[in-house]
Amino acid sequence: MLTPLFSSKLLIVLLFGTLFGLILGVLPGLGPTTGGALILPFTMTLDPLSAIVLLTSIYCAGTYGGAITAVLINTPGTPAAAATCLDGYPLAQKGEAGRALGMATVSSTVGGIFSVIILVFFAPLLAKLAYEFGQPEYFALAIFGLTMLSSIGEGSPIKNLIAGAFGILISTIGKDFMTSIDRFTYGINELSVGIGFIPVVVGLFAISEMLTQSTLLDQVFKRVALKAVKLPTKDDYKKTWKTILRSSGIGSFIGVLPAEGGTVASLIGYSEAKRFSKNPEEFGKGSIEGIAGAEAANNAATGGAMVPTLALGIPGSATTAVILTGLIIHGVRPGPDLFREQPDFLYGIFGAMLIANVLFFIFGFFGAKVFARITLVPNKILWPMIFAVSVCGTYSLSQSIIDVWIMLFFGVLGFFMRRFGFSVVPVIIGLILGELVEGTLRQSLVIFDGNWLMFLTRPIALTFFILSLIALAFPLLRSKKQKK
Amino acid sequence: MNNVRNKKRANKSLPFFFKDEFKVSFIIVFISIILLISTFSFDIVPPILNRGIQPATFPKALLIFIISLTLIIYYLSIKNPWKIGNKLPKTFFLTLLSFLIFVIISKTLDFFLAISVLSLFVSYNWGERRIFYLLLVSIIFPILVFIFFETILGLRFPPGIITNLYYY
Repeated sequence: MLTPLFSSKLLIVLLFGTLFGLILGVLPGLGPTTGGALILPFTMTLDPLSAIVLLTSIYCAGTYGGAITAVLINTPGTPAAAATCLDGYPLAQKGEAGRALGMATVSSTVGGIFSVIILVFFAPLLAKLAYEFGQPEYFALAIFGLTMLSSIGEGSPIKNLIAGAFGILISTIGKDFMTSIDRFTYGINELSVGIGFIPVVVGLFAISEMLTQSTLLDQVFKRVALKAVKLPTKDDYKKTWKTILRSSGIGSFIGVLPAEGGTVASLIGYSEAKRFSKNPEEFGKGSIEGIAGAEAANNAATGGAMVPTLALGIPGSATTAVILTGLIIHGVRPGPDLFREQPDFLYGIFGAMLIANVLFFIFGFFGAKVFARITLVPNKILWPMIFAVSVCGTYSLSQSIIDVWIMLFFGVLGFFMRRFGFSVVPVIIGLILGELVEGTLRQSLVIFDGNWLMFLTRPIALTFFILSLIALAFPLLRSKKQKK
Repeated sequence: MNNVRNKKRANKSLPFFFKDEFKVSFIIVFISIILLISTFSFDIVPPILNRGIQPATFPKALLIFIISLTLIIYYLSIKNPWKIGNKLPKTFFLTLLSFLIFVIISKTLDFFLAISVLSLFVSYNWGERRIFYLLLVSIIFPILVFIFFETILGLRFPPGIITNLYYY
């Protein structure tokens, strides 16, 4: 599995990706999704394997990096680390920041490695199953992926569906791929090739975040002092090993579900840790089990989320949507054929994720103190720099100034979407899945001679439609239960 | 939290067309209707070339879906108003203005000058007053970015009054 990685170039990429991911994870507002979006244009200079290794190592390390800020300044570096704040910060306030970070590091590493093992075993199985899929099955699968957006962590279910539909609508701009007829181009030549992924991704994540940061300038972070990260004691291991394993399983499972991800995984991992704990009253006051439950789950979601991404081309989380964009722009089409034709490429990714988990353990253990200092970089210096990189990166892809303006447009749109409770993640997922949804629908209708009911005669497609209905009903049932 | 609550309370006393929920829903529906109308001007494929459905059908269905869901969220918001953060500060509007300045300068004068001006403008308006840091974000960093993209990535930037000094 590690053989494809035995090249100095790939190891340097991996090392850089892990360090960069940690820095991104530590900085509130950035994180692996925005960071991945920022670095996406630069990956064009790399070969496909190096590019995806870079993105996946950023994903793994960035997810862990969020815990450092969660423990030390009570602000999750990434949304997935929000549950870590609940016990990480109180424990740090008691003077045990090193112990809290040590547990976060160990449980993140175990969760991450566990999920890579799941990825290695389940992704090929899922890909094998996908061999049975025809156009109708892929259409039903894409619909299932989109309906899962309704139960995504942030935003209301209906708003998420609107955002997802909007993403698909963006994918229809340009020449229709089946008939070459212009759609929504309004005579603008640049639009006939459609809207690129990168301007939308960078705009929605990086530029909208810059606007969000412009509204939070009076925020002051109080950092808890950290002497050194301490490995958990025997007693801590005794208390938490079951929680770590349980959360690793939960995180991997949640990760596999299309469109879910680390944020949902960590919240469920945390609440399950509390439910099974012998000392639930300690939760929220600095429980070591709480940290282990949240951190093992959010890092386990990384490998899990890569399963549908690689095997089916359906992103398992926001960051894997960025990774999927990376695969597409490098001409790699995820799915069963990828497993048959490029096993070395896949094993390179699996190996990179495994090594990234070990690397962030080492960096986190010895360098958490240094990474924590990065939070001191003021926004008034950081964000203008990020803007410069975003603009040049977006321009670099097709050397078109129109792309930069599209990026700015989506940045402003993304800000207002978030302000009014619309998540931006569904837009990206919709944009990625748009062509798949429309293409498979139209090809299926050709096969079925225009008879829509024929979809229901295909067992796999029917199963996905039923799952889609359940996915749509789930948030409604959940909110009713919460009201009760 | 208090701000959100105050906003919610303030929002309740406004006539419906001043409420954020109405404004947002109206904008979405209005734009969707315009787009929906424009789909009727898409070329129609002759039956012999058409595979499945017409190119306009899918976007039409999506727009109708978006309009329907927007009406539902508006209806739901009457009972349960959205939680919207407090009033946007001056720095937000200045940042937005800097984007506009960026577009104008990059179109008329120079791409890198536009980046420098935006960086200086944003950094200053966000509270940076130290000369060294202002120079860092507005001159030193953009030059480093330019060198990186130009020499390492081999990218050619659009011509402009500053970029031309390097190219010619």
